[in-house]
Amino acid sequence: MSVIIVFLLVIAGFAGWWLSHQGLTAKPWLEQGLAGDLVGLDRSALPTAKIGLGVFLAVVGCLFSLFTSAYFMRMGLPDWRPLPLPRLLWLNTGVLALSSVALQCAVIAARRGQLDMVRLGLATAGLTALAFVAGQLIAWRQLTEDGYLLASNPANSFFYLITGMHGLHILGGLVGLGRTSIGAWNGARPERLRLSVELCAMYWHFLLFVWLAIFALLAGWAATFIDICRQLLT
Amino acid sequence: MVDVTPADAVPPAEVGEVELYHPHSWWTKYVFSQDAKVIAVQYSATATAIGLVALVLSWLMRLQLGFPGTFDFITPQAYYQFITVHGMIMVIYLLTALFLGGFGNYLIPLMVGARDMVFPYVNMLSYWVYLLAVLVLVSSFFAPGGPTGAGWTLYPPQAIMSGTPGGQDWGIILMLSSLILFIIGFTMGGLNYVVTVLQGRTRGMTLMRLPLTVWGIFTATVMALLAFPALFVACVMMLLDRLLGTSFFMPALVEMGEQSQHNGGSPILFQHLFWFFGHPEVYIVALPAFGIVSDLISTHARKNIFGYRMMVWAIIAIGALSFVVWAHHMYVSGMNPYFGFFFATTTLIIAVPTAIKVYNWVLTLWRGDIHLTIPMLFALAFIVTFINGGLTGLFLGNVVVDVPLSDTMFVVAHFHMVMGVAPILVIFGAIYHWYPKVTGRMLDETLGRFHFWVTFLGAYLIFFPMHYLGLMGVPRRYAELTDMNIMTESAHHLNSFISIMAFIVGFAQMVFLFNLIWSIRHGREAGGNPWRATTLEWQTPQTPPAHGNFGKELPIVYRWAYDYSVPGAKEDFIPQNVPGSFGLGPSREPA
Amino acid sequence: MAIVLVLVLIVVGSVLFHFLSPWWWTPIASNWDYIDHTIIITFWITGIVFAAVVLFMAYCVFRFRHREGNRAAYEPENKRLESWLMIVTAAGVTALLVPGLFVWSRFVTVPSDATAIEVVAQQWQWSFRLPGKDGKLGTSDTRDVTADNPLGVAPKDPHGQDDILVEAADLHLQVGKPVKVLLRSIDVLHDFYIPEFRAKMDMIPGSVTYFWFTPTRTGTFQVLCAELCGQGHPLMHGVVVVDTEQDYLAWLGQQQTFAQLSAPKQTGSANQPPAKTSGLDVAAKLETLEAR
Repeated sequence: MSVIIVFLLVIAGFAGWWLSHQGLTAKPWLEQGLAGDLVGLDRSALPTAKIGLGVFLAVVGCLFSLFTSAYFMRMGLPDWRPLPLPRLLWLNTGVLALSSVALQCAVIAARRGQLDMVRLGLATAGLTALAFVAGQLIAWRQLTEDGYLLASNPANSFFYLITGMHGLHILGGLVGLGRTSIGAWNGARPERLRLSVELCAMYWHFLLFVWLAIFALLAGWAATFIDICRQLLT
Repeated sequence: MVDVTPADAVPPAEVGEVELYHPHSWWTKYVFSQDAKVIAVQYSATATAIGLVALVLSWLMRLQLGFPGTFDFITPQAYYQFITVHGMIMVIYLLTALFLGGFGNYLIPLMVGARDMVFPYVNMLSYWVYLLAVLVLVSSFFAPGGPTGAGWTLYPPQAIMSGTPGGQDWGIILMLSSLILFIIGFTMGGLNYVVTVLQGRTRGMTLMRLPLTVWGIFTATVMALLAFPALFVACVMMLLDRLLGTSFFMPALVEMGEQSQHNGGSPILFQHLFWFFGHPEVYIVALPAFGIVSDLISTHARKNIFGYRMMVWAIIAIGALSFVVWAHHMYVSGMNPYFGFFFATTTLIIAVPTAIKVYNWVLTLWRGDIHLTIPMLFALAFIVTFINGGLTGLFLGNVVVDVPLSDTMFVVAHFHMVMGVAPILVIFGAIYHWYPKVTGRMLDETLGRFHFWVTFLGAYLIFFPMHYLGLMGVPRRYAELTDMNIMTESAHHLNSFISIMAFIVGFAQMVFLFNLIWSIRHGREAGGNPWRATTLEWQTPQTPPAHGNFGKELPIVYRWAYDYSVPGAKEDFIPQNVPGSFGLGPSREPA
Repeated sequence: MAIVLVLVLIVVGSVLFHFLSPWWWTPIASNWDYIDHTIIITFWITGIVFAAVVLFMAYCVFRFRHREGNRAAYEPENKRLESWLMIVTAAGVTALLVPGLFVWSRFVTVPSDATAIEVVAQQWQWSFRLPGKDGKLGTSDTRDVTADNPLGVAPKDPHGQDDILVEAADLHLQVGKPVKVLLRSIDVLHDFYIPEFRAKMDMIPGSVTYFWFTPTRTGTFQVLCAELCGQGHPLMHGVVVVDTEQDYLAWLGQQQTFAQLSAPKQTGSANQPPAKTSGLDVAAKLETLEAR
């Protein structure tokens, strides 16, 4: 459970930092009236939707940390036989990274008000994300054909489970991306379009980060890294 | 001190008028409504309905335990199905949904001075997914083999094996699916509650001016958002073990004389994941209750809550600590016994902030002006049952004391007292308190007092003696208490007594339901602020609050939520949106 | 005002119930009276806190109930009082925790002279294995479980051959001799629980858990399963008999070893191993229960 505890510590650190700016030691019964000094303690200037997405990403992060925790705990048992990762995953990683880059370009274009570039970025991102999902499915097929079935070893089970869960999140993101694209083609208000493109980009970058972490985990680098850390500590 | 900027620089505090959702037809106003108040009522009604099912199930279980062998239709199989569904409904589908989905939806926007939740559409979806989860759960009663009988903890391997009702049938699959749906639905709602508190607060509503109800619900929601994924992970993995033959949790084992196809899985892994959710869950239920009861006591004792700052810090501390105590549910699970030292210590540390809260409630009464209204009675009853249940928690949290007591009726009595009776007493108090705001009418006083006395005394008489059965060694989750050498004849009589009390208490809830329905039309008219309370929900221009809550202008907050009996003020309460310093301002020490 | 009376009655009634009611723990039969002492300490501390807080609350309600013209005092907080309460609570909690942890360290430290015995649980019966002459238990594996080898003792391990198997029958222990109980399950979670011994621990399929105790008085004790293990859970009883040395040795002499029990198979004899009976009993009982 150490991965999830570390994750929660990060969340707690963030929450603590935020709370420390909220005047939790103030004596509220002494502060009557709408004094100017209370303004800084109010809401964040960020758009509400971004904060909402941020909270949601924290939940998603928690979910994947828990999968990782379970992975490490199960890995310690004797019947664990790591499976060889298909080379295709490298290509998929590249495609997903491309998707993120395309969305980032869309964000920049949206900020500059270049609608054509926004559309191009959205389309590229959507197609590459679809390509990523397709690539993952092909990787699954290769593995099953090579005899690495879901139930034959826990390492396989975790591989399918975690990549599948990540793929579902990409598909969910594609729904959001689809709605944004509809807005981009049907002439949504520029500031609204900019916000939704930014939200998509935020989600995409996060899922790319999660994918890189998962890739490192499934390839076994994460375990090696933790071992090194542990040795350094002791 | 923070930067001083002119008040005009405050960004608009509200969900803008343009973005506020407006219903266009009867359907979108009352059924597929995006108004948090309607969603709150929908959540509450659904939770109450499914809670009634759980109540009936508890009667059936008590029939079997109190009068063993008398009721033939309660087979061990049926008994385990009752016990499982009862526990699951009460903990998740009733308490979590009612506190967060019901009270959270109704009170958060009103109390922080917002027009609605920040993402109304997602909020509506949240309810419908929750309803779907409830329906899936209910459908397991009609599935072949019936609902699962694995106990609400759903421990593998037995949860998905043929020796357990529903293990190899539909029961466990429907249960896990329902939980997954619940978590998805809850996450949608939870995002709303959290972000509304963060971003929806009106001008002047700093965190330290929030009523403790909002603090409790807010912290509980943050915890739930971080804890429910653990249950989600556990459910998904168990579903794969059951349906696709993976071995996440399933070790090599012998089922019905045959070697199973599973290999090497770890049942303990499931327990870690389950309790990583399960312990925070206790506080997810308790923290809203803590918050609400603080407001009830303060309002009805006409006195500010004693030690507000300490109360806030205690809520945060309890919320944080509750993530590092989970394995105290696993002292005798066969995990590494040396974990016991760590988890016993963290568990007993959490008793300190909890005790502080209890002291502060009682000290709020000291030199108060205590109106013994029904909400106040429920609040007092909550304190008694919560202290009782909290103190028995010190038995079970102290690892070595837990060894003889775990898995006995002592545990059953403890958690019913602390997270069953105590929070439900708060829910009742809260309903008597806020019903006038929701409907515009008061609940009937006589019926209310009858309901209070029977519920409080009955519940105490059910669960206090039950501890002693556990001390005697009577194990929990026994469908048959026959052939038990340790159980004396008198212990069986005690069991019958407990069962009779359970029926009486259950009956009193029917009176309460009648009161709820009857008073909608026939209750005394309440007016806008019958309890003369300070918080914003009582300051709405209409009662019940109209769509958009506050009319044209959002209220501006000038003071904390607890200005009761302020010296120098004419009335014994000053609502949060009233400006002015009422004599005390300059003479008090500067901020 | 009734509430004041009721609050006082609850405290008085609970205390009287605690001291006068006939429901109390069973007379102890192991060395874990330490645990009982810790429980007594906990009862005193928590009982005092319960009585004090509830009585104080009753007094407050009585003294400060609403009367015409009353007005509450204005007191947002009292740092000193709160700090003191926190310190006192922390002290109380420490007084509970420290003895508890001392006893726990005893509980997890098995004395070196403890004899290892094994309890094997399955749905829904108890079996036992004692080390034979070599004083060692042979290894075991759930995968080795067959109809002829219901406990899954590894057939190839020489240490296992002389192990004494008590299949679905009573276990005997010698009074005054510490035992380390190794716990194993071949299907689901179970929990080996004898109320008189106070100690208990879950058994988990796929791993071996343990606890230890010393029986301190002779007698016959009922084993209960304390972890839900399917619909036969409440009927999963067993018997442990604590004997004097003499009786124990006499009983031990009548038991069969793993080698003896698996012998008939090797010679082709049709003799069934004497297992199953009690397990079948439970199954039959369950059937009648369900038939009702």
